[in-house]
Amino acid sequence: MTLTVHLFAAARDLARTAAVTVELPARATVADLRAAVAAAAPALGPLLARSAVAVDHDFADDGRTLAGTEEVAVIPPVSGG
Amino acid sequence: MIQLTPDPIDYAALTEAVRTPHCGAVVLFLGTVRDLTGDRVTVHLDYEAYAPMAEKKLAEIEAVARGRWPVGGIALVHRLGRLGVGEVSVAVAVSCPHRAQAFDACRYAIDAVKDLVPIWKKENAPDGAAAWVHPDRMRNAECGMRNADDPDGGARP
Repeated sequence: MTLTVHLFAAARDLARTAAVTVELPARATVADLRAAVAAAAPALGPLLARSAVAVDHDFADDGRTLAGTEEVAVIPPVSGG
Repeated sequence: MIQLTPDPIDYAALTEAVRTPHCGAVVLFLGTVRDLTGDRVTVHLDYEAYAPMAEKKLAEIEAVARGRWPVGGIALVHRLGRLGVGEVSVAVAVSCPHRAQAFDACRYAIDAVKDLVPIWKKENAPDGAAAWVHPDRMRNAECGMRNADDPDGGARP
């Protein structure tokens, strides 16, 4: 399945793109997606491990299985407020 | 009510909007842009949001606040874009029957906004250098950023 992963803030700046596209096998997990994003955008470096992953606008655990139809984003540590 | 806006926040209007006859306490919190962070001088901040998720999280925070305290009115408004020193980046206005409730609900709400909502600021220094602020914290849902209704509170002090 093909997923578009949205990037924000320093993640976007480091990867030099607002989104990366990753290919994942069926029943891949968020952990698998992290590995695929790291491979697609190695410039993210340590920020990726410090970031959360959001699936359909909620924070997602690494064990969550993906269907391939979700909206996914890398959420670096937030600094709003 | 919750809102993301590029415009200056009319916090006086928000304060009036949350007032109700049965609430004897109204608390307003304003977050404003500081000129210094440690020894780093800020000339302006740039705020960006993952807007659909930020709105979802703001709505969740409102719902949790309403569930935990007898909130009459509540307004959570965050401004986006470029803000100068002294400008208001976020406003939280809450009314409750009594002041302990209003203070607690407002404190919860701003702490949760700072902990959960996908908004980021970039600090701009006088020499033109700019850096996104990404605080040290655990990265995943269990450890740091949670969904607002998690039993551990959804916000750290």
